Amino acid sequence: MKFIRNIAVALSFSTLALAGVSAAGTAEHPLQVDWSFNGPLGKFDLPSAQRGWQVYKEVCASCHSLKYFRFRDLATIGYEEDMIKAFAAEYEVAGEPDEYGDETVRAALPQDVLPAPFANDNAARSANGGALPPDLSLMVKARHDGANYIYSLMVGYKDAPADFDLSDGLNYNPYFKGSQIAMAEPLAEGLIDYEDGTPATPDQMAKDVVQFLQYVAEPSLQERHQMGIKVLLFLALLTLLLYISMKVIWKPVKAGKNFYED
Amino acid sequence: MAEWETVKPENKALGWFEERLPVLSLVNNVVGPATPTPRNLNYFWNFGSLAGLMLVIQIISGVVLAMHYTPTTGLAFDSVERIMRDVNYGWLIRYMHANGASFFFIAVYIHIFRGLYFGSYKAPREVLWMLGVVIFLLMMATAFMGYVLPWGQMSFWGATVITSLFSAIPLIGESVVQLLWGGFSVDEPTLVRFFSLHYLLPFLITGVVILHLWAKKISDSGNPLGIEVKTSADQIPFHPFYTIKDAFGAGVFFLILAAFIFYMPNALGHPDNYIPADSLATPDSIVPEWYFLPYYAILRSVDFPLGIPGVIEILDAKLLGVIAMFASILVWLGLPWLDTSKVRSGNFRPMFKWFFAFLVIDMFILMWLGGQKPEGNIPLYGKFATLYYFAYFFVVLPVLSRKEKTLPLPESISSAVLKPAE
Ligand code: HEC
Ligand code: HEM
Repeated sequence: MKFIRNIAVALSFSTLALAGVSAAGTAEHPLQVDWSFNGPLGKFDLPSAQRGWQVYKEVCASCHSLKYFRFRDLATIGYEEDMIKAFAAEYEVAGEPDEYGDETVRAALPQDVLPAPFANDNAARSANGGALPPDLSLMVKARHDGANYIYSLMVGYKDAPADFDLSDGLNYNPYFKGSQIAMAEPLAEGLIDYEDGTPATPDQMAKDVVQFLQYVAEPSLQERHQMGIKVLLFLALLTLLLYISMKVIWKPVKAGKNFYED
Repeated sequence: MAEWETVKPENKALGWFEERLPVLSLVNNVVGPATPTPRNLNYFWNFGSLAGLMLVIQIISGVVLAMHYTPTTGLAFDSVERIMRDVNYGWLIRYMHANGASFFFIAVYIHIFRGLYFGSYKAPREVLWMLGVVIFLLMMATAFMGYVLPWGQMSFWGATVITSLFSAIPLIGESVVQLLWGGFSVDEPTLVRFFSLHYLLPFLITGVVILHLWAKKISDSGNPLGIEVKTSADQIPFHPFYTIKDAFGAGVFFLILAAFIFYMPNALGHPDNYIPADSLATPDSIVPEWYFLPYYAILRSVDFPLGIPGVIEILDAKLLGVIAMFASILVWLGLPWLDTSKVRSGNFRPMFKWFFAFLVIDMFILMWLGGQKPEGNIPLYGKFATLYYFAYFFVVLPVLSRKEKTLPLPESISSAVLKPAE
C-alpha cells in the first residue's frame, strides 16, 4: 500500500527534524562517554562506583544533598555490611527525644538517609551566594543525556571567552544552560586520595562520581537490564511459536476452505 | 448481525449455570467459533484487541501503583521514588504503567487511522465509531490526570497550562477552572481530585468498550475491501483464526513495549518530571506528552480572533484556539456525514488515498510542531498544518464524496481474495 510508504517518509522526516532541534539551544552538546552501564548488557562498574562514592562524600556532599540515598544502598555497589555500618557511623542524625523530652543525636545507621549539608534551602542558598545546590539523587534522570551531561559539566570549566559577559560570582561552563554556573569548579588534580590508589585526575573523579550518581538515580538499572534479556528472549520465542501456529492454523483458510458449507 | 448461537456444555454443572447466565455463549458469539468474521482482515485489524489488552495492563499496573502511591503534594513525588526503589519490582510496575500509557495511545492511534482509511465510520457502523471517539476522549483525560500524579515539574506546569485553557470559556470559564483546581491554583485539592478521577475513568472506559464491542457485534467487522459480506464463503470463524492472529500481533507489540520498559524506560518521558514540582520555577518549555502534541500545536496555531478586524470580534483568540483544539477531535464524530462516498475502503478511492496520506503526514508534522518553542517560522508552519487538518474534514472529504471517480469494487470478498478454484 502506497500510503504506508508515505507515512514512513513522514516519520523519518519528523525524527530528523526533532534531532536537529534538540541540538540547538544555549548550551553545548555534552561530551559522549562510553559508560559501562550503557546498552542492553550494561552494568555498574563497581570499583568506579565505589570511588565515586568517595568523591561524593568528600567533595559534593559539602553542598549537595542526596535525599533518596540510604547507607544500606551501598550494598548494591559491593560494600560489605560492616563497612556500611562504619560509613554510617561517621555521621550524626537526630535521635528520639530522651526521657526529659530533650532532643538527642545518635550515630547514623545503615537505614538512615545520608544527612543533608544544610538545614534547609535558605541556609543552602545563603552559603552559596544565592544559588541552590540541587539534590543530586535523581540528577542523572533529570537532565537530557544526564550521565554525559554531568561528566561534561565537571570537566567543562574554562576561562570565559573575551566577549563573554560573565556575572560576578559565576563561573564559565559552556555545558551549563546559559554558560555560567554558580558552582565553582569542584574537582582539581589530586583533590582526594583514592583508597584503591587510582590517580585522582579530574577526568577520573568526574567519571567515577557519575558512575555513582547513575547508580543512585537508578539502583535497579542492572537488575532491569538482566531481566530485560530474559523477557525479550521469552517473548521472541513465544512470538515465533505463535507465528508458526498461525501459519499452520491458517492453512485451510489460505486454501480457500468454506467453513460454513453444510 | 450474525445469528446468535447458544452453547450447550456437556458438563452438567456448567450447563446448569449456562442456562441461567449464558456467559460461554456470549464469548462464543463475540470472539468465539460462532463469530463469523471477514476472511480478509489485514494486520491493521490487530490494533483493536491490542488496545483492549493495553487497557487491562494499565488497570492492573495502576491498581498496584495505587497501593503505594500517596496523593498529597508533600509526598507524591517521594512515594513514586519509594515505588521505584523500595517496593519489590516497583520500578517494573511503574515503567510498565508509564510506557504502557504511550503504547496504549500508539495502538489506539493506529486503530483510529485504520478506521479513517478503510471508512470504518460509514453506515452501518456510525455508533460504533462514535463510541470509539468517546473512548479516545476519556483516555486523553485519564492520561492527562495520570501524568499529574508523580508531581514533577512537567506534571505541575502541564496541569497549570491545560486547566487554565478552560478559563477561555465565556462567563463560566473562571468557575470551571476553580472547580478543576479546587482552589485558586493547581495544588493539593487538584492532585487529590485528579487521583480520584484517574482511578475512576479507566473503569468508565471499560464500560464504553463494552458498548463498543456490542455495537461491533450488531454491525459486524468491516474489512479492507469495504464491501459487505455476501456469502458464507466470505467469512471464517473468529476463533481460532483471529484469536491466533491477534495473539501473534500481541507478541510483536509486547516485544517492542518490553524493549522500551527494560532498555529505554524514560525515552518517552520528559527529564523535567524527575524534578519535584515547584510553583516558583517555570521550566524552560512546557511540553505535553507526545500523544497530545498535535492538538497542542493546533491550540497554539489558532492565535487570532474570529471576526472582522477593527469591526467586530465574535470570538477572542484564546477561546477560538481552545475551540479549534477540541474541534480537532470532535470533528471525527461528524465523519459519517462529512464523507458520504458510497465506497468505504481507501483502496478503491484513488484521490482520497493521497489526501489521507497527507493527513497522516500532517499529524506527524503537527506532533513535531507541538514540541517546539513557538519561535521563528514554527507558528506559521503550525497555521498551514492546522489549515490542512481541518480542510481534510470540512472540504476534501465532502468534495471527494461528490467528485471522485472510484474504482470498481470486487464482486465479493471471496471472489477477490481466493484464487479461482483449480
Ligand atoms: C561549594 C559547593 C558545591 C560543591 C562542593 C559542589 N557543588 Fe554542585 N552545585 C553547587 C551550586 C551552588 C549549584 C547550583 C548552580 C547554579 O544553579 O548556577 C550546583 C549545581 C550542580 C549541578 C546541577 C547543574 C544543573 O544542570 O542545574 C550538578 C549536576 C552538580 N552541581 C554536581 C556536583 C558534583 C557531582 C559535585 C561533586 C563533585 C558538586 N556538584 C560539588 C555547589 C556545589
Ligand atoms: C486508561 C488507562 C490508564 C492510563 C492511560 C494511565 C496513564 C497514566 C500516566 C500517563 C501516568 C503517569 C506515569 C508517570 O509518568 O509516572 C499514570 C500514573 C499513575 N496511574 Fe495511571 N493510567 C491508567 C489507568 C490507571 C488505573 C486504573 C489506576 C489505578 C487504579 C492508575 C493509577 C496510577 C497511579 C497511582 C499513578 C501514579 C504513579 C506514577 O506516576 O507512576 N492508572 N497513569
